[in-house]
Amino acid sequence: MSAKMRTGQTAEIPGPKKAHVIPQPKVAASLIKKAKRPLLVVGSNAPKLKTNDGDLVDSAIRFLKTGVAVVATGHLVKTFRDRGTEVYSMPFMNLGDRLTDPDWAGFDGEGPYDIVVFVGSLYYMEWLVQSGLKSFAQDLRTLSLSNTYQPNASWSMGSMPVKNWLTALDEILKELEEEK
Amino acid sequence: MSKKDLRLKIDELSSSIGVFKGLDIQIGRIVDDEWDEPMGPTPFPSIGTLRDWDRKLLERYKPFYMPLCDLCCLCTFGKCDLTGDKKGACGLTMAAQQSRIVLLACCIGASTHCAHARHMMNHLIKVYGRDHTLDIAINTNVQAPNTRLVCGIRPKTLRDLEDALDYVETQLVQLVATAHTGQEGDNIDFESKAFHAGMLDHVAMEVADACQISTLDFPKGVADAPMTEIGFGSIDTSKVVIMCIGHNVLPSVDIIDYLMENKLFEEVEVGGLCCTAHDNSRYDKRAKVLGPISWQLRYIRTGIPDVVVVDEQCLRTDIVDEAQKIGAPVIATSEKSMLGLPNRTHDPPDEIVDDLVEGRTPGVLILEPDKVGEVAVKTAFKMKPKRAGFKPLSMEKLIELAGTCRSCIKCVRACPNNLPIMDAVKAAAEGSVDALAEIQPMCVGCARCESACPQNLPLVSFLTKAADEKGMTDSFAIRVGRGAVTDVEIREVGRGIVFGEIPGIVALVGCANYPRGGLEVADIAEEFLKRRFIVVATGCAAMDLALRKDEDGLNLYEKYPGNFDAGGLLNIGSCVSNAHITGAAIKIANIFAKRPLRGNYEEIADYVYNRVGAVGIAWGAMSQKAASIASGCWRLGIPVIVGPHGAKYRRNLLGRADKEEDWMTLDGRTGEEKYVGPVPEHLFYSAETLEEAMVMTAKLSMRPNDTTKGRAVKLSHYIDLHKTYYGAMPDDLHLYVRVEADVPFTMKKEVLGIIKDKGWEEGKIGMLDPTLLDRMVRRKS
Ligand code: SF4
Ligand code: SF4
Ligand code: SF4
Repeated sequence: MSAKMRTGQTAEIPGPKKAHVIPQPKVAASLIKKAKRPLLVVGSNAPKLKTNDGDLVDSAIRFLKTGVAVVATGHLVKTFRDRGTEVYSMPFMNLGDRLTDPDWAGFDGEGPYDIVVFVGSLYYMEWLVQSGLKSFAQDLRTLSLSNTYQPNASWSMGSMPVKNWLTALDEILKELEEEK
Repeated sequence: MSKKDLRLKIDELSSSIGVFKGLDIQIGRIVDDEWDEPMGPTPFPSIGTLRDWDRKLLERYKPFYMPLCDLCCLCTFGKCDLTGDKKGACGLTMAAQQSRIVLLACCIGASTHCAHARHMMNHLIKVYGRDHTLDIAINTNVQAPNTRLVCGIRPKTLRDLEDALDYVETQLVQLVATAHTGQEGDNIDFESKAFHAGMLDHVAMEVADACQISTLDFPKGVADAPMTEIGFGSIDTSKVVIMCIGHNVLPSVDIIDYLMENKLFEEVEVGGLCCTAHDNSRYDKRAKVLGPISWQLRYIRTGIPDVVVVDEQCLRTDIVDEAQKIGAPVIATSEKSMLGLPNRTHDPPDEIVDDLVEGRTPGVLILEPDKVGEVAVKTAFKMKPKRAGFKPLSMEKLIELAGTCRSCIKCVRACPNNLPIMDAVKAAAEGSVDALAEIQPMCVGCARCESACPQNLPLVSFLTKAADEKGMTDSFAIRVGRGAVTDVEIREVGRGIVFGEIPGIVALVGCANYPRGGLEVADIAEEFLKRRFIVVATGCAAMDLALRKDEDGLNLYEKYPGNFDAGGLLNIGSCVSNAHITGAAIKIANIFAKRPLRGNYEEIADYVYNRVGAVGIAWGAMSQKAASIASGCWRLGIPVIVGPHGAKYRRNLLGRADKEEDWMTLDGRTGEEKYVGPVPEHLFYSAETLEEAMVMTAKLSMRPNDTTKGRAVKLSHYIDLHKTYYGAMPDDLHLYVRVEADVPFTMKKEVLGIIKDKGWEEGKIGMLDPTLLDRMVRRKS
C-alpha cells in the first residue's frame, strides 16, 4: 500500500472498499465545484490546526465565502461566532445520522447535499462517521481533506507532511475562489 | 447452588403451583408469598418478554451504525464483506452484524458482573451461610430494587440473591446463543436483546454489591461515608507497599484482615487501582485509592509496589512481565485471569512465600481468598529490602534514550489520542521534559506507543518520570463509596426530581479512556454541582473527579456534601454499585409515585423515561461492562452520553428532533396522543467535546412530565450553558417551550421573540400525563 494510504492511526485500516487518493488538489476542488450542494463539516480540532490563513477555522471561513455551506461540529460554532461568522452547528453524530437519511433536506431545507467534505475532526471520529456513511448512505459522496488518509471516505487526501498539506489546502481554496 | 437445593425448591413450587403457575413455567423458582404486593406482569422476563417496550424506544431512537470493521469473520464461511448492502454468506446485513457485536459486547459485560457476583456469592455463602440476612442500606425498605423489578422477588438473604443470579446466568446463555451464525437476523431484534443483557447486568451488579455490603459491612447508604486518600502521593513509600488491581475485593479483604489480626497495618500501605480500590476503602478507609485503571502501568513503572495482587477485570494482561521488570512478584487470585501462573492454592503459605521471594516463579495463582492475605503480606515484607536496590528510570537515562529516537512517528500513529509523543521525545533529547510532562495527564496509559516503537523506548516510563519531575504526585481526598440511595432520601427529593425543580441527576460513571485526560470529569461534575443537579459517581469517574484542588486546596469531595439532594456529590462506589443509580431511579417511581415495582418492568421504565431527569455520562467508557451498564440504562429510559471514543461502540441511538411524528405520546388521562417535543432527544450519544457534552446533558434532563416551573429551571440551565459554550441562544427552544410559563422569567422577552419567529404557538406541545403504554391509560383500565 502506498505511503499516501497510510492511515492516521495504525489500526484504523481500510476495509475492502477504500477511499480513492486525491492525486492533485485541483481534483478535490473540481469535485466540490461540480457539486450542486456541497457541505463542509468542520471538526472541533480545527482551531488547533494552523494553516496559511491562520487556522483551519479561518480556512473554513474562506470555504464559506466560495459558497460552500459550512457546519461546525462539537461546540466549534462558538469559535466561528467569535470571529464574526455564522455557520450551521450540529453534533457530529447527529450529522452523520441525518446524512444517512435520503429525505433529509439539509440545514436550509433545500434538499440533500451531494458531497460532504470533512476537515478538522478527531481522526477516529471522522473515520467512524465516514464508515457509517460508506455503508448507510451509499449515494452520498464524501471527501476528506485531512493530511492523513481517511480510508472510509469516497475520496481522501493522501497522507502527507504538514507543509505539503498547507499548500494543497491553499490550492483547493484558490481554485474555488477563482471559480467564484 | 447445589442440585439438592434446586430440587427442593421445585417441590416447594409445585405445592403452590396454583398461585404461581406462570412462574413455574418460566423459571422454576419459588416466590416470596409473604410479600403483599401483587406480582406484576413480567417477573423473570425472557428474551422476548419486553420486546414491545424496546421497540417503542428503538422507533424513537434509531441506531446510527458506524462499523468498526466492514467484515464479519465469525464463521468459516467468512470473512464476509458486508459493506453497503452486501450480505454475508448466512444472509446477514451490515446493520445486523453491528447490532450483533453490540449484543455480544453487552453479553460479555453482563457476564463479567454476573461471574464476579457468583464468585463472591459462593465464597460469602461459605463464610456467612445462605441464610445471612441482607442489610444493604439504612432507612430503607426497598432493598435491591432492580432485583424486585426484574425478577419479582424481594431478596432478604444471600439465598434469595442466588435465585436472581441463576436467572441472569440462564438468560445470558440464551442471549449469546442468538449471536450464532444463522440465528437472529434483524438488527432491531439484536438491539432489543442488547437491552435485555443490560437489564440483566443491573441485576447482576446489584447482587454483587448487595452481598458484599451485607457481609463485609461496607457503608450502607450513608451521606457522610469516611474520607480516604487518592493519588500517587497518598502512598508512604517508606512502608511496605501492596498493590491490588481489579474489581473483586475478596483477596484484598483477606490482606486487610491479616494486617489487622497481626497488627501490621501501620507498616504497610495497601493501595488499590480501579474498583478493587473503591471496595477496599469501603471495607477499611485506611486502604488507599491509587487511581483509575489507566494508572496501573504508570504506577508499576515507578517501582514502588513490593507485591502486585490481581483479581479480575480490566487488568493489564501483561502484568506479570511488567511486574518482573521491577522485581515484584504477582499473586493472581481469580480463575478468570490465571495469567499462566502455577496454581499454589493448596500449598503451605510459607513455601509459596519462599518461592516468590527467591524468584523461583514470577508469580503464583491462589484461588482461595483466605490464603492470599498471609502470602501477600509475608512476601511484601521480604521483598521490600530485596527490592531496595531497584532504580526506576533516571533523568540521565531518559535523555540518553530519547536521543535514539528515529522520528518514525509510529508512536503518534499508535496512540489512541494521537498525542504528540515524538516531538516530546525529541525535546527530551535536547534536555527538556516539559512536553512529556504536558502529555502525561492526557495519556490513557495504554503503552501502544511503546509497542509500536522500533527503538523499544519505554515511553510510558518517560511520561511518568517527566510528570514526577514536575511534582505531579499529589494526594487528594475521596469519600469512600457509600452504596445505595436510601428510601428516606428518595422520599425527600422525589417530588423535586419528578416535577423538574431539581434540574436533574447526572451520573458520572465508567472507565478512564478519556480523549483529553481525566480532569474533564471534574469539570463536568463541578459545572452541574454549581447548578444544583444531583451528581452521583462510580468507578474510575468517581476517582478522576477527585484529582483537582481549588485555590484553597479543596477538591470536589471536600466542597460538596454526600447526600442525594440538589448540589450533592455522591461517590456511590465501584462498577457493581452502578445498580444503585438505576435503583434510585426505580425507587423514585416506586416510593415517591407509588408505582408497583414487583415484576413490573415496563411501567416503571415508562415512568422513569417520561419523568425522571437522569442522564448518565461515561466520558471515558472503554469496556464491555460499560456497554452493558449503559444498555441497562437505555431500557429503563435513561439517556447516556459517552465521550468521542465511545463512538467505537459502533452505534449511537439518536432521536430526530425534526420529526414531529416521532414524539407522539399518550396522555394517561384521556388516551389522546399528543406531540411532547423531543424529550429526551437521544438515548445514546457520543459527544466530540466536553462542552458539547455539558450542553447536551442539560438538554437531555428535560422530560415530558416537567411542570412549568421545572421546565423553566431546566431551560435556564440549557440556555445558559449553550450561551457560554456555543456563544448564542439555542436555535431549538421552540421545541422545548410548551407554554409561556415554561420560559425562565428573566429571559421571557428574548426567548418568546425567538420562538415566535420560528412559528411557535402555545399549546402545540402537549403537557400531559405522559406514557408510551396503552395499558397505562386510565379511562381504559
Ligand atoms: S456469520 Fe455470516 S456474515 Fe459472519 S462470517 Fe459467517 S457467514 Fe459470513
Ligand atoms: S501510553 Fe499514552 S502516549 Fe502512549 S499510546 Fe497510550 S495514550 Fe498514547
Ligand atoms: S516510535 Fe519511537 S523511534 Fe519512532 S518516533 Fe516514536 S519514540 Fe521515536
